[in-house]
Amino acid sequence: MLNGTTAEIVERKALRINPAKTCQPIGAMYAALGIHGCMPHSHGSQGCCSYHRSHLTRHFKEPVMATTSSFTEGASVFGGMANLTQALRNIFSIYSPEIVAVHTTCLSEVIGDDIPTIVRKAQEEGSIPEGKIVIHANTPSFVGSHVYGFSNMVMAMVNYLSEKTGTTRNQVNIIPGFVEPADMREIKRLAAALGADIVMFPDTSNVLDGPLTGQYKMYPEGGATVAQIRSAGDSIATIALGHFAAHVGAATLESKCNVPAAFLELPIGIGATDRFIDTLRNYAGVQVPAAVELERGRLVDLMSDLHQYFHGRRVAVSGDPDQVIALTQLLLELEMKPVYAITGSPGNQFEKRMHELLDGPVPNARIKQTADLFELHQWIKREPVDLLIANTYGKHIARVENLPFVRFGFPILDRTSHRFNPTVGYVGAMNLINQMLNALLDKKDRECAEEWFELVQ
Amino acid sequence: MSVPAHPPAAGYDSAGFPLPSAPVPESEAVRLEMLKAYPPKTRKKREKQLLANDPATPPEIGANTRTIPGIITQRGCTYAGCRGVVIGPIHDILHITHGPVGCSYYSWLTRRNLARPKPGQPVNYLQYCMTTDMMEEEVIFGGEKKLAAAIREAHAIFKPKAIAVYSTCPVGLIGDDIHSVCRKAKEELGINVFGFSCEGYKGVSQSAGHHIANNGVFKHMVGLLDEPDPQPFRINVLGEYNIGGDAWEIDALLQKCGIHVTATLSGDISYEQICKCHTADLNVVMCHRSINYMAEMMETKFGVPWIKVNFIGAEQTAKSLRKIGQFFGDQRLTDRIEEVIAQEMAALRPVQADVRSRLQGKTAAMFVGGSRAHHYQHLFKDVGMLTVAAGYEFAHRDDYEGRAVLPKIKVDADSRNIEELDVEADPQRYNPRKTPEQIAALQAGGFNFKDYDGMMAEMKKSSLVIDDISHHEMEKLIELYKPDIIGSGIKDKFVIEKFGVPCKQLHSYDQGGPYAAFTGAANFYREIDRMINSKVWQLVTPSWKKPADPALALGRGIDSPANQAVRAVVSGLAKAWKPRQAAAAAPES
Ligand code: SF4
Ligand code: SF4
Repeated sequence: MLNGTTAEIVERKALRINPAKTCQPIGAMYAALGIHGCMPHSHGSQGCCSYHRSHLTRHFKEPVMATTSSFTEGASVFGGMANLTQALRNIFSIYSPEIVAVHTTCLSEVIGDDIPTIVRKAQEEGSIPEGKIVIHANTPSFVGSHVYGFSNMVMAMVNYLSEKTGTTRNQVNIIPGFVEPADMREIKRLAAALGADIVMFPDTSNVLDGPLTGQYKMYPEGGATVAQIRSAGDSIATIALGHFAAHVGAATLESKCNVPAAFLELPIGIGATDRFIDTLRNYAGVQVPAAVELERGRLVDLMSDLHQYFHGRRVAVSGDPDQVIALTQLLLELEMKPVYAITGSPGNQFEKRMHELLDGPVPNARIKQTADLFELHQWIKREPVDLLIANTYGKHIARVENLPFVRFGFPILDRTSHRFNPTVGYVGAMNLINQMLNALLDKKDRECAEEWFELVQ
Repeated sequence: MSVPAHPPAAGYDSAGFPLPSAPVPESEAVRLEMLKAYPPKTRKKREKQLLANDPATPPEIGANTRTIPGIITQRGCTYAGCRGVVIGPIHDILHITHGPVGCSYYSWLTRRNLARPKPGQPVNYLQYCMTTDMMEEEVIFGGEKKLAAAIREAHAIFKPKAIAVYSTCPVGLIGDDIHSVCRKAKEELGINVFGFSCEGYKGVSQSAGHHIANNGVFKHMVGLLDEPDPQPFRINVLGEYNIGGDAWEIDALLQKCGIHVTATLSGDISYEQICKCHTADLNVVMCHRSINYMAEMMETKFGVPWIKVNFIGAEQTAKSLRKIGQFFGDQRLTDRIEEVIAQEMAALRPVQADVRSRLQGKTAAMFVGGSRAHHYQHLFKDVGMLTVAAGYEFAHRDDYEGRAVLPKIKVDADSRNIEELDVEADPQRYNPRKTPEQIAALQAGGFNFKDYDGMMAEMKKSSLVIDDISHHEMEKLIELYKPDIIGSGIKDKFVIEKFGVPCKQLHSYDQGGPYAAFTGAANFYREIDRMINSKVWQLVTPSWKKPADPALALGRGIDSPANQAVRAVVSGLAKAWKPRQAAAAAPES
């Protein structure tokens, strides 16, 4: 397995091997599913849409609906106007969504289809029923990554939907970043515990973690409603969780509707969660209740109890930039040593922020944006680590190098914890700590000499 | 066609189809109901792709035509069909996708074409995903340089025997000439490097990609190694992809019979095996859709004849083995085949009978691929289940109506897009495996070459056939037919199961399998039994939402019999405890 990977590093300028990112549209599709009653639409050939739906389904084990413009050669030559117009007509008459969120693909980007013009024409000729909405985001995959696609679709929500009426509403917007439904649910739970009124968009909880009831609903209960996203323009402030996936949306809302933005990181670990709670408390003008402090206290207690298992352990992390930046802080709180940290996404903020975090405690850490898992594996071969944290694609490395492995981020195609256990908030940190401990101790219990195989840990 | 049983076996009708235990709705009514929601133009197109079946004279079906924009389809693209299916499983060459990262990323280990490199061939590159990860700059100024550099880098790191390159949509549009890049790399590096122009928009589905892959594999690999394997009775299994280990199961069975597999195209296969597969005596075709091109080209150029087989379903497997035996016409081989069939069937029958006792009369529907929606009907039939509706995702008319219809198929613009190779007999190596007399004798004995009658001929009259089923039609189908199980793919799986209907993925097998040959059949029977009879479906409705059932009242309410019973026991214990307590408290005497 992976037996072509050696410790000897040959410089690569052109070949990407085992990428740690994917393309923009899948992020846009995921974000669009966080709008209630929304049909994501992929404007391009049908293969992209099929791949994105399959991939999201393998991650969530849930229905993932989206339509496509099904380009063939003709559309590729003459443009996709006819295809998109026909698609909109079909979508509204057969699948009756409230809103269609169009994203482009490489193909329609290269052709240069002008989506707003096509949509306007479709509207004029009556292909879009009265009261129904079409929004769009440009998501070329030769720029950025899936995280940028998410961010671009969030920006589209703001641009198309959010409005300032002049009457401020006593509510705080939260843009949660490219996180799991379980994380979004946890963020809402914390806000409710604080008694803060929030509008969160996108919100995929109750969309991509639906119950089995014997009834299929194409548009499940969950998702931020169009009315909520509209009202975001009247909120007191926006809290954006993550530079890469959330900040652009918040900045857009700030400039469009004058809603001040707090640019935070994902609330993973104690410090980042504290900052989130504190910011939300201040904007919403509420107190942190005892129950939340108790939760936090239990987390600190856990960290103190288990400190010996984590201290000084060398960790390799791969993931989306916002996730790696936030997780690194939890690892540092546990006094672990994140010696290798990569993301596949481009963007200088990653390396900048990671250096700020690691230059002091782990001076020789290797940090790289636009990197791939092949390279990370080579680093590990040169100097090993005690723990690997990555999405499912890390499992081959973990197997050949015999590493304890914690699955984290997107996608997780072979385990289920992410479907119901958050990684954000104090509870999320407990989940992560629990998974890391299990991974480390399971290996020890499997491999240690018999005399060191102990009942109590 | 299934042979009518005289008299029909219990639970089967006179044509050999299982009798459903609940009435099946009339397919024409279902069809009209499905079409109702469509706008006129869409309806007109879909009408041709939804039909009530007639096995005797299969009606003409609209197939291999464009999917209508805005319709939620199962289909993927040409790139997926090319990169993923026929060539993707070759495990000791490198596969580089030229384009932005996504197309390559999504085709990374998501198809379950398992590989187990042979001893002495330790390389397996299938865990690698390689792409030029095209950026804006290359989209504007062209990506040929980057591709050439990527090939060079891949060669420097892995030193492979061969490199295959695949184009994605944007590449075709910006006009990169991948073939000239490959030619130059081949000269420079001294290894085999070749490209596939399989841009996603080229065809109406994955099917176009299969054709392109067939052409490329044939042109660039088949025939490079003239070293026949030493074993007698050499065949290639074409259109078998070793999903869930199917190819291993078939291989083992054939080996038991004394038949040698030179190559399986394409499952657990090495470069060398592909290069010498033209030295086999016979091609047997599993999935007609994805690989009939290869079978035809190998026959024209090298004289290797082909026959259709099917190793899915017990009877079908036995029939296929006998057909191969008949081709070779060797008495010892024929005897051995009969011996193996007898052994395997003896082991399988009790499993089949046991499972059938629970599944007889249940119904299935299948919408998948280009052959499985047909082949798997046999497995369901084995356990007494009737397939009430079925269709392919990307097949052509011949896969539905049979190859007899081939001359009548109109070649449309989308199909014309795909190159038809000009293949001629190889001046040195063309070697027809049978003389005209032998062929005539075989045919006189009922043996047919290149025979595929299609799905419709083997499906019950009036069952519903749906090509490229849409999500809307799937919903209606569940509502109206209420099938006991549906075979489909990953995108439908959880939709169907939300309705409380189990869905077996027939692309990936839900990570199960193998289901081919006799052992595989037993696996499948048990799997379907497990899925249909799973207790989980009974847990869907909480007790308080079910109609009051007197038997259930036992556990409900303070005065329920169950509570009364507990109360009696507990008060007895309490009474017994009190005197003891009194005794313990008594002052010591
Ligand atoms: S063409 Fe572009 S959008 Fe489509 S899958 Fe490939 S990278 Fe993604
Ligand atoms: S861009 Fe083209 S080749 Fe890539 S997945 Fe989409 S349709 Fe297929």
